[in-house]
Amino acid sequence: MTSILSYSNTRPVNKFTLSQLDWLAWITPLAPEDLTQRHYDGLVDSAREKSAYFRLLARDPDVLGARTRLDKDIFYSSGGLPRAERELAATAVSRYNGCIYCASVHARFSLQFSKNEQDVQNLLDNGKKAALSGRNADVVRTAIRLTESGNHFGEKDIEILKESGFSEEEILDLIQASAFFNWANRLMLSLGEASEY
Amino acid sequence: MGQHSADGLTIIEQLAGIRPGSPVARNYQRRAVAREQAELSYQLLLYPQIPGPVSLEERRAIATFVAGLYQNPVTHRHYMALLRDVSPPWAEALTQVLQQASANGPWGTYPQGPLSVEDSTGEVWKNTPENEKIFGFRLSAALEHAHLLATHPRDANSAALARLVAAGWTEDGLVVLSQLISFLSFQVRIVSGFSALAASSSAQTTQGANHD
Repeated sequence: MTSILSYSNTRPVNKFTLSQLDWLAWITPLAPEDLTQRHYDGLVDSAREKSAYFRLLARDPDVLGARTRLDKDIFYSSGGLPRAERELAATAVSRYNGCIYCASVHARFSLQFSKNEQDVQNLLDNGKKAALSGRNADVVRTAIRLTESGNHFGEKDIEILKESGFSEEEILDLIQASAFFNWANRLMLSLGEASEY
Repeated sequence: MGQHSADGLTIIEQLAGIRPGSPVARNYQRRAVAREQAELSYQLLLYPQIPGPVSLEERRAIATFVAGLYQNPVTHRHYMALLRDVSPPWAEALTQVLQQASANGPWGTYPQGPLSVEDSTGEVWKNTPENEKIFGFRLSAALEHAHLLATHPRDANSAALARLVAAGWTEDGLVVLSQLISFLSFQVRIVSGFSALAASSSAQTTQGANHD
C-alpha cells in the first residue's frame, strides 16, 4: 500500500537561509539494499545513494540518470558563464519559486565561488526586490524573467544582457541554469519538506 | 523512442526554431552532454518503451496541460498534437480547460513567519464534474496536481500527494508524475530562452550583412 510519510518532531523552515538544511521525503525512497546496477546508473555517483531524495527519484532510474547528467553539465562544465553566476541563477529561481531548501544549497555554492556574501544574502532576504548591481543584477533579473508565468521572456531580455557585456555563450549557460532550476524546485517542493538539522 | 528530425535536431532545437549550423546551434553544441541528456529526458518521459505506472496517454495529457499553462504557443501546439494522436477526447477536453484555468504564477504561501508578508493567493484549480467524467479520477487528480506545481509550487504538501494516492497513484507513479511536470517546467523555459537568443542572434547577423 502506498503511504504518505509524516514527521512529528520537525519545525518547518520559515525563512531563506544560508544554513544547511535537511530534506525529508513524503513517500518512501528505495532502500539502499534494494538498489540494483540500473539504479546506480541512474544515481551516476554511487555516493548519491546516501541521499533519500536521490533514492526516491531512483524509482524511475533512467529519467534520474538523464536528469543527473544534464544537471552536472549545466553546472559543472568549463568555460562560458562563471560557476558563481550559474549558482546565483539557481538561487534566484529557487527564491522566486519558494524552494527554501534548494535556495540554501545553491546560495552556499554561489557564495563559495563568488565570495560575495552581501549579494547572496541580499538575494535570500529580498528575492525579486534585491537591489543588486552589475552582472549579478542581470543574472537575477534573467532568472526571474524566465521563471515567471506568461512566457514574457523575449529578444529584449537578451539585448539587455548583451549590452551588459554577456557573450552568447554565457547567455546560453544562464538560460540553461535558470530553466533547469524550474525542474529541480518542483521535484523538491512536491516530494518532501525542508527541515532544520 | 520517438521520431528524431531528419536533420538531427533535438526537440528543444526544433521548438526554439534553431537552424542547423546557426550560431545558437553551434553554441548549444558546446554543451553536448546537456543537449543530449535533455533530449533523452524527453524521449524517456514522452515515448517510454515501457510506460510502467503512467500510461502514454496520461503522460501526454499532463504534458499538454502544463505546456498550455505556461503559454509557450509552439510547445503547447507540439504536445497537443502528440496527445491528439493517442486520445482525441482528452485533447478536446484540455483545449476547453486551458481556456479557463488560471495560468498566473509562481504564487503561494510560506510556513508562518517572516516570509508571510510575501504570501500571495490565486486560483486553486479543480476539474468540473463533467471533466472528471472525461478524464477519470486518476488523470483528474494528476491534472490538479500539475496546476499546483506549475503555478503555485510552494503550496505543494503531503496532503496533495495523499489526494493522488486516494485517486489510485502509487509511489513509482508519483515520481514519474513529478518528473514529468517538472521536466515540462524546464523545457518550456529553455525553449523560450533559446528562441529569444536565436531571434537576437539572427537579427544581429542580418544587421551585420546590411552594413557590409
